[in-house]
Amino acid sequence: MRFQVLVRLKTGVLDVQGKAIETGLKDKRFEAFKNVRVGRVIEFEVDGVAGDQARAQVNEVCKLLLANPVIEEYEVREVA
Amino acid sequence: MKVGVVVFPGTNCDQDVLRVYGELLGMQAFPVWHRDTDLKGADLIVLPGGFSYGDYLRTGALAKLSPVMESVKGFADRGGRVLGICNGFQVLCEAGLLPGALLENVGRRFLSRFVHITVDSTRSFFTKGLTQGQVITCPIAHFQGNYFADPKTLQELTDNGQIVFRYSTAQGEVRVDDQEVNVNGSCLAIAGISNRAGNVVGLMPHPERAVETLIGYAGGDTGLAPFQQCG
Repeated sequence: MRFQVLVRLKTGVLDVQGKAIETGLKDKRFEAFKNVRVGRVIEFEVDGVAGDQARAQVNEVCKLLLANPVIEEYEVREVA
Repeated sequence: MKVGVVVFPGTNCDQDVLRVYGELLGMQAFPVWHRDTDLKGADLIVLPGGFSYGDYLRTGALAKLSPVMESVKGFADRGGRVLGICNGFQVLCEAGLLPGALLENVGRRFLSRFVHITVDSTRSFFTKGLTQGQVITCPIAHFQGNYFADPKTLQELTDNGQIVFRYSTAQGEVRVDDQEVNVNGSCLAIAGISNRAGNVVGLMPHPERAVETLIGYAGGDTGLAPFQQCG
């Protein structure tokens, strides 16, 4: 099974990259672009593990490593 | 007193720490490789600064998975003293040995400069012989030093005397909203914290780089004092 994990900073946690992008866009007169938030996408395959068990392992790995629950939230998507 | 200094790939302040404990304070100080699980009878474990695992994913995130960290966690749980400086502080937060996280600096810059930090709580092993309000002047060198924790955690840190150091003026005045003083924008101007028991301490500044007057650093040797408390 192939998965895609989207990790981003929680609402209210300062995103300095987002701020920098916003400033750059403003300099090019894209003033309409607000609240830029930068995240990361992590893709991987889980081999030889059944569906529900694979999903459980993905969640475990998200909590262990891929996201830091203190500052980040994550979404898991199954990719065909 | 035996001091084990953990070396991850990308650690670059291990020699500074070994010099402080080994040469200046005359303790038995030795490196501990990140693949090792034997802490070689250390009474104190230091996670020094650097860029462990190239700061991949998040600072300190991959280091927490190193085999040595299982031993460090067990050691800390049994009351062993653990000190994390800069990247070491980030590793301790990622590993859950200390609460909170280190975000990118509020000013979006890597900061390499001197700061003043003031001793807040003297409950921790690193500050137990110091006085509250005592000012230490030493360098910082980080991009992710902006301490963050939710309001509930911040309240607990305050109530339990877990705030070890705060960024301040040279006179010891803390100004949370003044970026000249609280240079990275940390919550409550926190520069260092301890766990509840006080045996695990993490801080962003580098007191190990302000331990000798000879090299003429602005901080002189004010950074030596907390290391002397570890005997």
